[in-house]
Amino acid sequence: MKRIVITKIIACFFILTSSSVFAQTQLSMWYHGAGNHVEGEIVQQIIDDFNASQSDWVVALESFPQESYNDSVTAAALAGNLPDIIDVDGPILPNWAWAGYMAPLTIDESKLDGFLPGSLGRWNGELYAVGLWDAACAIFARKSVLESNGIRIPTLDAPWSHEEFDAALVTLQNSGDFDYALDLGMAWTGEWYPYAFGPFLQSFGGDIIDVEANMANDALNGDAGLAFGEFWQSLFARNLVPGTSQDGADRETGFINGSYALQWNGNWAALPALEAFGDDMLFLPAPDFGTGPKIGAASWQFGISSTSEHKDGASAFIEFAIQDKYLSAFSKGIGLIPPTEEASAMTPNYSPGGPLEVFYGLSNAQATLRAVTPAYVVGGKVFEKAMADIANGADVADTLDAAADEIDADIDQNNGYQ
Amino acid sequence: MPVHKMVGLALRYLLLIWIAMIFIFPILFMVVSSLKPDLQLLMDSSSLRAFLPVGDISFNNYTSAFDRAPIFFFIFNSVMITGITIVCSLFLCSLSAFSFVFLTWKGKGVVFAIILATFIVPFETIAIPLLLIVNNLPWIGLEGFKTSWINSYHVQIIPFIADALTIFLFVQYFRDLPKDLVEASRIDGATWFQVYRRVIIPLSGPIVATAAILKFLMMYNNQLLWPIMVVQEETYRPVMLGLQYFFQLNTQWGEIMAYLTIITIPVLLFYLVLQKAFIASIASTGIKG
Amino acid sequence: MPNNKVLAIRRQNFAGWTMALPACLLVFTFLILPFFMAFGLSLTNQRLVSPNPTEFVGFENFQQMLGIGLLTMEPDVDDTGNIKIDQEGNPVYPRVRNFTRNQDDYPQYFKKREWFRIGLPNDKMLVVLAQDVVFMKALFNTLLFALIVCPIQAGFALGLALLINQPLRGINIFRTVYFAPVVISMVVVSLLWRFIYDGQNGLLNALLQMFSLGLFESVDWLGNTATALPAIMAMSIWQGVGFHMVIWLSGLQTIPISHYEVARIEGATRWQTFRFVTWPSLRNTAILVMVIITMQAFTLYPQVQVMTRGGPLDSTQSLVFQAVVRGYEKQDISGGSAISVLLFLLVLSISLFQRYLTREKD
Repeated sequence: MKRIVITKIIACFFILTSSSVFAQTQLSMWYHGAGNHVEGEIVQQIIDDFNASQSDWVVALESFPQESYNDSVTAAALAGNLPDIIDVDGPILPNWAWAGYMAPLTIDESKLDGFLPGSLGRWNGELYAVGLWDAACAIFARKSVLESNGIRIPTLDAPWSHEEFDAALVTLQNSGDFDYALDLGMAWTGEWYPYAFGPFLQSFGGDIIDVEANMANDALNGDAGLAFGEFWQSLFARNLVPGTSQDGADRETGFINGSYALQWNGNWAALPALEAFGDDMLFLPAPDFGTGPKIGAASWQFGISSTSEHKDGASAFIEFAIQDKYLSAFSKGIGLIPPTEEASAMTPNYSPGGPLEVFYGLSNAQATLRAVTPAYVVGGKVFEKAMADIANGADVADTLDAAADEIDADIDQNNGYQ
Repeated sequence: MPVHKMVGLALRYLLLIWIAMIFIFPILFMVVSSLKPDLQLLMDSSSLRAFLPVGDISFNNYTSAFDRAPIFFFIFNSVMITGITIVCSLFLCSLSAFSFVFLTWKGKGVVFAIILATFIVPFETIAIPLLLIVNNLPWIGLEGFKTSWINSYHVQIIPFIADALTIFLFVQYFRDLPKDLVEASRIDGATWFQVYRRVIIPLSGPIVATAAILKFLMMYNNQLLWPIMVVQEETYRPVMLGLQYFFQLNTQWGEIMAYLTIITIPVLLFYLVLQKAFIASIASTGIKG
Repeated sequence: MPNNKVLAIRRQNFAGWTMALPACLLVFTFLILPFFMAFGLSLTNQRLVSPNPTEFVGFENFQQMLGIGLLTMEPDVDDTGNIKIDQEGNPVYPRVRNFTRNQDDYPQYFKKREWFRIGLPNDKMLVVLAQDVVFMKALFNTLLFALIVCPIQAGFALGLALLINQPLRGINIFRTVYFAPVVISMVVVSLLWRFIYDGQNGLLNALLQMFSLGLFESVDWLGNTATALPAIMAMSIWQGVGFHMVIWLSGLQTIPISHYEVARIEGATRWQTFRFVTWPSLRNTAILVMVIITMQAFTLYPQVQVMTRGGPLDSTQSLVFQAVVRGYEKQDISGGSAISVLLFLLVLSISLFQRYLTREKD
């Protein structure tokens, strides 16, 4: 007891002296972009501009490698030293909000008019975070390859149907020009699986978790889920796509060096492909497997930690950061999709007529949020393993049953994540 | 030299070289790849070209690797954390091993058995409780009094000083040393610490070297999960965490190979230096018997 | 005299404790205490990330992992009462799913999964069901890994140590080269070997094809349930053998040269020299090597994490990997801790057994 009192006195002393020296209050901010120079510079620019624009707050940035960012945040939450401003991956947000890591934003919502829905992090009717960009997936293809194989080029309004997509893959595989007709990116383990493949399941009519019912049984392993699982397995059984042992290097070079005819990839990989193939390059919308074409939405977003003692300052920073000039700066720098039309217009790639404009359209038309529930963190991991197992030949129904059971058991263990 | 002896010698070297090739090829692949641009690296990886510095060779990967992450900083951190841990570990672990082998005291057997058992606990499985412990430990340092060890060098050092393996290495080695040496110097009136310091340690060159190498590898190569959890400022990050700076959405494999090559150099140097000391110590003591 | 003896023992008590204390204190604070906390966690429903209060659940986590059920199935019969036969002439059995997802009729099998099946006489089929198949597979793989890797690695390491203990010119270069894989972290080694094992354009396939003059059929080493675990074993042996070589070497070098001279004068063959001079002197070293190798084998983790993440089809699951996946990725820290406790008990009993085997015979 005595020691705690002394500690407090000493701590007060330090706080007093430090605040008398600096008139401004320090705000700490964590970001997932360590090792990415361009990204780091843009974030630092926003912070510098913000610090210079007013005299109440000074934001200090700490960057973490993306690989372990979430683990660092979890550990910090356990140890009770979260920063004021946190950067959070969209689908994980409900989990962190539920766990009490984050506080709702107190931003004037009119400033968020026109933002892509994927860039707003909502849970339980509250806004917790705003993204400075969104990301979108597309089928990377070459016009010449499709034309020479007599395959129709799909559009946003008329995407490939399930049968058309399947037939296209078989045709491409049979052409003998490629190792595989399509590359799904099985090498990218982790969040890529639920982000990239979950929407296929949604398009079939299923989902990883039925948010309304708060369970995975019937959503993941219902009829739609089983149909999706059978289709998924057949892709691998027929050798149309590389399997789980694909190495990361093939994933990166396979489409560009011509071993894969098509590739399911994100807008962040668009520029190298465009450089390689120029006008021949196409970014095609996801196929419609029954209930409309769907792609994943929501990327990294900024929010405020619940333990922050300066939530007003943190809010002020986020409000400052969502200016169109910064949104477009991120897009120019690292190829992400600007979340507003105004910002898109300011970028060479996403402005009307720009080479990547299609992604803005995709994001607007097809983007579907991953199950917005705290259960998604575990659900996504379980889904990842199920997709890998089915790809490797596991019985579809048994695997999906087991996956659904595991997710539901987790929901139970967490008292329904209420 | 007679012919059959020369043939025998040649065969021995042939065997040695053949085995050496098995051990060296992935490392050669790493070093050679660090000099190649990505596309070539990946294309070469399916043929013997993977081992040859041919084609478009340059140090570009190194320059961009240094651009991406403060590599020298990470190496400095790792070497310092590792170095301090090794020195403290060798001293405290050999001291306790000395006590376990040469002294008789109450509870020795039980304590030793418990310590040995901790050998089995993989770090990953106790990391969370350990986090809660260090988070509540006080510390007085240059920055003043702190109520938590999070975000520091010492949080990466102190928990790893004592470990069962190092103690066990010393115990097994001390058991082979002749006990009469100890008794003789005790009769001459030496204190226990003097026996440790003047009789045992001078005989322990090989095991000190072995334990030091082992500790170096455990510390330098395996510090990933722990710093992820307890280090939030870049200032304190070690090399293995630095590796994660290179896993971006479009991974630059050449840069990764360059980074791996750079961070391997201190370990190799350490081993070479110790190996010399190790052989010298054997030559000078002539060991027991 | 007796007084002196008591005094001497007391003094040893004090000196002994003082010298052992600093290391013991550190081991206690940073290893034993957290381990007991982990044990405590394994008896609760604690989550890594959760606002819910922690509840004591007893051994539920362990029951969940270790639950097993046996199911004997009769083959399917058609309307005429004959056994249904598939194309290969084997009887057709009902789907296990019919039993495990039917809570009303078969509550004892509910939500269990098939682990493996054994054919019984009279066309019956015994299916072993487990509550947690992934854990069971991880347990099996870990044991298999230790069983195969330990003797091979220790044997190779001894062979290498004998090989480089010769007084040859330039032997130090070989010593360094053989040790080289050890200095590289397992994470890095695993990354490198993913390139080597790649099924499409991996180095290993290319080399094998070259040496077999194109006869060798490319194998997707890590993508195949039959080869994935052996591939990881081979790489682990390759990486670790140099380290154990050094331990053997330090043992070898404590053998006085005079012993070998005696053997030579007596005209011993090489094998005899090894059997009667070298090997007996390596007793303590041998125990050390076996203990370390066993421990390392049981903590199989980074290889799996980097190379296969437990796949394909759980053929490379390991206990520590599962502990990490559950404890961290799936936020189930109590379940992860339960695995650690089981792992601890398992290795403890194995090492007690090892100690029993290697006890001083006198």
